[in-house]
Order: sequence, then C-alpha cells, then structure tokens
Amino acid sequence: MTYTEERARKGGPNTERHQSLAPRSDFPLLAANPALHYLDSAATAQKPSVVLDAMREFYERDYANPHRGAYALSVRATDRYHDSREQVARFLGVADSTRLIFTRGTTESLNLVATAWGMEHVGHGDEIVVTALEHHANFVPWQQLARQRGATLRICSLTSDGRLDLDSLASLVGQRTRVVAFNHVSNALGTINPVAEITALVRRRAARNAIVVIDGAQAAPHLRLRLDGDDLGDVDFYAFSGHKMLGPMGSGGLVGRRSLLETMRPYQMGGDMIEIVGDEETTWNVLPHKFEAGTPNVADAVGLAAACGYLESLGMDAVRAHELALLELAVDRLGAIEGVHLFGPSDLALRSGVVSFTLDGVHPHDIATILDGEGVCVRAGHHCAQPLMRRLEVPATARASFYVYSDSKDVEALVEGLQKTRALFAAD
Amino acid sequence: MANLDALYQEVILEHNRRPRNYGAMEGADRVVESHNPLCGDALTLWVKLDEDRVVSATFQGSGCAISRASASLMTEAVKGKTRSEAEELFTTFHDLVTGKLNVDGDASAKQRLGSLRALGGVSRFPIRVKCASMAWHALRSALRGEGSSPNAVAVAE
Repeated sequence: MTYTEERARKGGPNTERHQSLAPRSDFPLLAANPALHYLDSAATAQKPSVVLDAMREFYERDYANPHRGAYALSVRATDRYHDSREQVARFLGVADSTRLIFTRGTTESLNLVATAWGMEHVGHGDEIVVTALEHHANFVPWQQLARQRGATLRICSLTSDGRLDLDSLASLVGQRTRVVAFNHVSNALGTINPVAEITALVRRRAARNAIVVIDGAQAAPHLRLRLDGDDLGDVDFYAFSGHKMLGPMGSGGLVGRRSLLETMRPYQMGGDMIEIVGDEETTWNVLPHKFEAGTPNVADAVGLAAACGYLESLGMDAVRAHELALLELAVDRLGAIEGVHLFGPSDLALRSGVVSFTLDGVHPHDIATILDGEGVCVRAGHHCAQPLMRRLEVPATARASFYVYSDSKDVEALVEGLQKTRALFAAD
Repeated sequence: MANLDALYQEVILEHNRRPRNYGAMEGADRVVESHNPLCGDALTLWVKLDEDRVVSATFQGSGCAISRASASLMTEAVKGKTRSEAEELFTTFHDLVTGKLNVDGDASAKQRLGSLRALGGVSRFPIRVKCASMAWHALRSALRGEGSSPNAVAVAE
C-alpha cells in the first residue's frame, strides 16, 4: 500500500507537526530571516556556520598554494586539501579517495566523462541511452557527444507517475550501447530511481565496455550513499554537487572507476595534472590530480568536507526520515487544495523531499511571485528539464523542496500562500 | 502585499482570464514566434498590416499572467498605429516597466500608455520585465520584417 492509499484509509487531515532536523540557528541566513520559508533546497541549500567558519579558518590560518611550496604553510594547505578529499570520500562510502575528482559540480563532472571518456570510446553507430527524466546537465552533453561522434541518442520513457519505464529501458539497451546515463534522484519530480536494478539490467544486456553514469546531484544531499557497496550496483561514474549538500557553490566531484580513470585522457591541461612536460610530449600525474588542472579550489573543498561532517553528525538516515515526513505532510496538504495537481510517484517511498505541482488557472511563475510576497521561496519553471516538461505536457511546474532546516511551518506557509494565490486568481 | 497588489491589478487578472485578440489569424502578413528560454514561455504573434499601419494583431501561447495580459493589452493598444508610433509606444512602455518613467509626472506618456499603465507594477519586479515585454519584442520583430514566416526570436533584455 502506498502512503497516499494508507492515508486515505486512515482518513482525516494530516495535522502533524515537525520541527526542523537541524536548528535554524545553525544557518546564519535563516537565523537572520525568521519569517523566510526557504523551499528551494533542490536548487541550492543554505549554509551552516560550520561550513563558512571552516572556509574562513582555512584562509586565515592555512592559506597557500598546495602541492608547490617547500615551506610549512604550503604543506598545511596541501594537507587540508588531502584531508578534505578523504572526508568527502568517506561520506560517499568510497574507501579509495584518489578516485574522487574534485570538480565545480555535477555539470562539470558529467561533461568530464562525456568528453574525456566519450570522445575516445563512442563512435559511429554506437548508442547512448539517457532518460526523459534528466536535468539538462545529464542530457545535453550526451546529445552533443552523439552528434559529434555519429552515435545515436536513445531516450528512456517514463511511466505516467514519473518513474523510469524499465521495459522501455530494457528495449533500448543492447550490444551497441556505450553509455547509460541517468539520475539517481530526479530534480524536477523527486523520483528515486532503482540504480542497482538498472545497472544490473545494463550489465546483462550491454557489451562489457558500456559505462553507467549517475547524476547524483539530488541524491548525495539526501540519501546515505555507500558507493563502494552493493546498494547502487556496479556503477562506473557518480557525479555530485557540493552546494546542494550544504557545501559551497562551485564545489563538487566525480567518483569514477579507477581502471577507467587511469586509461582516460585528461579533461583539462595545465599545472598540477602533469608529471613530466617535454618539448613534444607530456606524461600525466597520478589520480586524482590528472583530472584537476590548475590551482585547486582548496577552500571550497574544506567547506564541502565540513558540510559532510555536519550531515554525518545529523545522520543521513535521520535526514531521509525527516524529509519523508515533510513530504508526506506536503503531499497531503497540497493534494487537498482544489485545483492543485501533484506530479511524481504516488508511492512516497520512491520520492525525495520534492513536491512538483501546478494550480489550475495560475501559471507557476505567478504562483512563485505571490508566494514570494508571503516569504515562501519556491522554484517555478522547467527545472532545466525541458524534455520532461514536454512529456508531462505542461510548460512549467512550481516546485517546493525540503532539507534539514525545513519544518512543518514551512509547509503551512506554502499552503496558506497557495490559498491566497487561488483567491487572487479566482474568476469573478 | 502592497507590491503584489500593484503587480496583479484587476486589469491584468481580467486580461489573463479573458485575453483579447487570442488565437491564430487568417491571412496575417507577419507571424513571429517568441520564447523566453529562462522560463519556457512561448508566444506566437500574428500581425496584419495595411502598408505602414497595424490593422490588427492576435496572439497565442503559454505564459504567466503578466505575459498574457501584456500581450492582450498590446494587441489592443497597437491597433491602427503606424510602425513608428508602435515602436515609440514600445519605448514608452519599456520605460514604464523598467521604472525609468514616472507616469504621474508625465501627462503625455500617461495618455499615450492608456490601459498599458496597469503593467507599471512590473517595475518593482525586475525579473518579470521579460514577461511583460515578450509580446512587444515579437511585435517589433514583425514590424521590422523579421518574421514573414514563423521565425524564432529569443527575447533579449
């Protein structure tokens, strides 16, 4: 029985109260704006003091260019960078931290794979499989790679409630498949995809050298990850963004299979990523440095590591339980408003803390503007997922998304704001 | 709420509910498609011209209340205007929605704008200026002969 069916059986409105999991006082922006209801964490998360403090402390105490200086300060900066990588890798359940490449985020990570692996291994007549549920960051790089290399892009279709249609996927994956790329959690609908099942399907049907690439931007902040374990099966690349998981903007990474990373050509060339530069030829530095050209972004890595530490102290299972409780409340309350249509799986166990919706007669942008007047921040638009919007047959949706600092008062404010929106737009 | 009331004036809500001159036009001289890549809003504008004069304009598309009401009001406002009059009106309208024009201190502008003044509240919402001016950009393309056949025009603001 799905949550919604269970609720319908129990009857009665959902009036549950939920405190935030993390105190708002940990987040300077939220503490300074007590009336703000920030429901756009799927776009980016607010920052706890521990993250900001860690970055400031690095700049004030340990700042120098790492990997270069023969002096103690530079060694300290190098250590901070190394320790940050270890901590982030641990958070993701990755024992070998050298297979974690720091990048500017999911978009850069996916472009890295599409370029450095794709340009070498995808050729004429090959096939790349993506899904209709993808963010443009995991769609356009593959579409353009296919065009450049004379390969064919295949798009997995969806069920009516916004899950991947695994029959469709099975029919698309075959001996010509070189890449299967999909998200762990959908940014637009919150759908949690069965990564292990899909990966097993790919391994059964595709040739041995096909790769599985996961966009983890909406999963790493919300779900406990054990990338070394069997939870997600045998994936080759996992991309994530720091700024959605309480870390700094412009931080993030790519976890890759070591054997692939070692044989791939570098993505960018420059300092730090070389071993010996001759007049004619250059040899590459070891992992992870081979993929991190130029002076690394140490401060953001330090901030991201602090964010991982903060999330670990909350406990990722508690984070998931908290978001699920708010999701249940929001689905109940929004679903009871006349004219509201909810998108995404009805089984909330398959959803992250994302509620995508429309309201009859009111464009999502108008919803967002009116909610903003009530101090409620939601996203309105196509969520960088135009292929999905076309299939849902809506130009846009409004999206509310929850995180560790969200509470039931945020949901109440959203509901009240939507009632006001309805009243304002009601036909006379 | 004061700003929101200024944005969503009754005139706008009413034109959003019942847009004027809505639908495709038979025998149009110009058809222009316009879209806002940021939000996915799309609009098609049909214009019938008699030499230098706009005989009529109609539109169709999906968009927010601001873009829809603005397009509706525009099709009424430019009817019978010459190309240069319509371009001049766009300039005045653009000044209004970007907050460069204080209509209360400019009787001539106030008179020229007429019911378009209802969109004055947009000036307090810079992010919505694109919504209000999308139809006007399409009209300008049409009047400059850029869209005799359906022709995508990205909105630049």
